Amino acid sequence: MAQVLRLDPIRCDGYGVCAVHLPERITLDEWGYPVIEPGPVPERLLSRARRAADACPVLALSLRQAAVAPATTGSRAGIRPARTGA
Amino acid sequence: MTTPFEPRLLAGPPPASGPERLEEHRARLGALPPSTDRRDVISVVEASGLLGRGGAGFPVGRKWRAVAEHSAGDAVVVVNGAEGEPRSAKDRVLMEHRPHLVLDGAAAAAEAVGAPDVILYVGTEHTAARRVLAHAIAERERESGVRVHLVAAPVGYIAGEATAVVHYLNAGDARPTFLDARPHERGVAGRPTLVQNVESLAQAALITRFGDEWYREVGRGATRGSALITVSGANGRPTVREIEYGTPVGEVARLSTAASSASAVLLGGYFGAWTSFDDVRDEPLDPVRMRERELGFGCGVVSFSGPDTCGVAATAEIMTYMAGATAAQCGPCVYGLADIAQAVRRLADGTAPDRDLERIGGWAAQVDGRGACHHPDGAIALLRSALRVFADDFARHQARRRCPAGRAAVA
Ligand SMILES: Cc1cc2nc3c(=O)[nH]c(=O)nc-3n(C[C@H](O)[C@H](O)[C@H](O)COP(=O)(O)O)c2cc1C
Ligand code: SF4
Ligand code: SF4
Repeated sequence: MAQVLRLDPIRCDGYGVCAVHLPERITLDEWGYPVIEPGPVPERLLSRARRAADACPVLALSLRQAAVAPATTGSRAGIRPARTGA
Repeated sequence: MTTPFEPRLLAGPPPASGPERLEEHRARLGALPPSTDRRDVISVVEASGLLGRGGAGFPVGRKWRAVAEHSAGDAVVVVNGAEGEPRSAKDRVLMEHRPHLVLDGAAAAAEAVGAPDVILYVGTEHTAARRVLAHAIAERERESGVRVHLVAAPVGYIAGEATAVVHYLNAGDARPTFLDARPHERGVAGRPTLVQNVESLAQAALITRFGDEWYREVGRGATRGSALITVSGANGRPTVREIEYGTPVGEVARLSTAASSASAVLLGGYFGAWTSFDDVRDEPLDPVRMRERELGFGCGVVSFSGPDTCGVAATAEIMTYMAGATAAQCGPCVYGLADIAQAVRRLADGTAPDRDLERIGGWAAQVDGRGACHHPDGAIALLRSALRVFADDFARHQARRRCPAGRAAVA
């Protein structure tokens, strides 16, 4: 079953520890916050992805089953920026 | 051409005559038809194609169905009357003048999704709206049905975001949350919750009475129905109008003194996009069409600005507002929008170092889509449109020349 990294941007304090464990999928932006490569984590990186998640001091990062279907309503269906469409 | 469009939401007594009373409302429109089957009402709303009016344009019927599927008769309906968008006034017009239409819509939704409670979540600063709604609730006191609660929403752009609404109602904290369960699954008090914009519900109140085919009779293009828009500009006060979808921007401009000598127009509000007026004169205000053109109908803001408006100064003002309006929770949103706002401000003031314009583009790419809510995405969409439409202004300001003719910031 495909696994994905999920970041909670509210919890994340930008310590950057996660990026040290998985530089292939996590880079840090100009302000020190992680940018996570979207999509399933390849098999060979799974154990390090787990370590990255475990290393996060504020539990902002988790490795989880890829969602079956995207959410249709609720928080992430709030106002859509005009230019990104549906 | 087309037959003149007759207002629907704004039919009835003129705004000057104040809020419509319950007897007037019932005499004009009749009572809400008695419910038959919950699913039926949902099917009618779905068939109408009604789109949410809080900005996202999500199909209303589909949302009702999602809540109904999770509801065991214990759902909650939240009427979102926060209206934090600075250039929008349409929800207030409905709440202040057609309170019973809003309450009917909430009652129809409550019935459809199985909700014993309705919460009117109305901006603290919208004092007239809260007063009128309180009176309207009292007028219906003796009628059985749902319990209606009136709650003052905290001031601020973010307070109207759906998860912030639920968070405030649960914990007194109007900041967005990032939870696995969406409000339609677990919202207020852990119950399935429908968060719906004021105008969406007022439209649903009419659809419940007159049906989906009636709703679809108006409209000039793909999107059917009517919508409220708030028209503003440098001259005169913002005015709220009802249009049929597909009405061209130029036609709206002709009806408004705000548009005299317009050169640019902001469509959709602070989450929307600037365009050159010439480019959109013939462009229909139709969410489907607009999306194809990378525009957004949003919450119906149509804001004109004239050639004496400095695009850079206007953008600085909006980006400063947006940076100040974050819920201060997510790093890229907080720091990114702040850096962008400051740089646009420097450009506006003519004090920007050489690479500011370039850096703004780089920051925008790092902020887009990186927050718990859509606030940063909306702000970045607006910024990018400004960089396109006011490209010449930005280039001149980057070159540190004073603004041509000392143009004003007023948008
Ligand atoms: C930052 C932000 C602010 C929002 N403010 C409002 C608001 O003031 N009123 C509103 O109805 N929706 C607002 N929304 C949209 C809500 O999240 C939600 O999508 C909407 O209330 C759902 O109703 P609708 O489907 O009828 O549009 C906001 C969204 C965001 C991201
Ligand atoms: S380790 Fe945790 S807090 Fe630190 S940057 Fe990564 S996700 Fe954010
Ligand atoms: S993205 Fe911005 S506005 Fe939204 S929750 Fe995070 S900090 Fe607040």
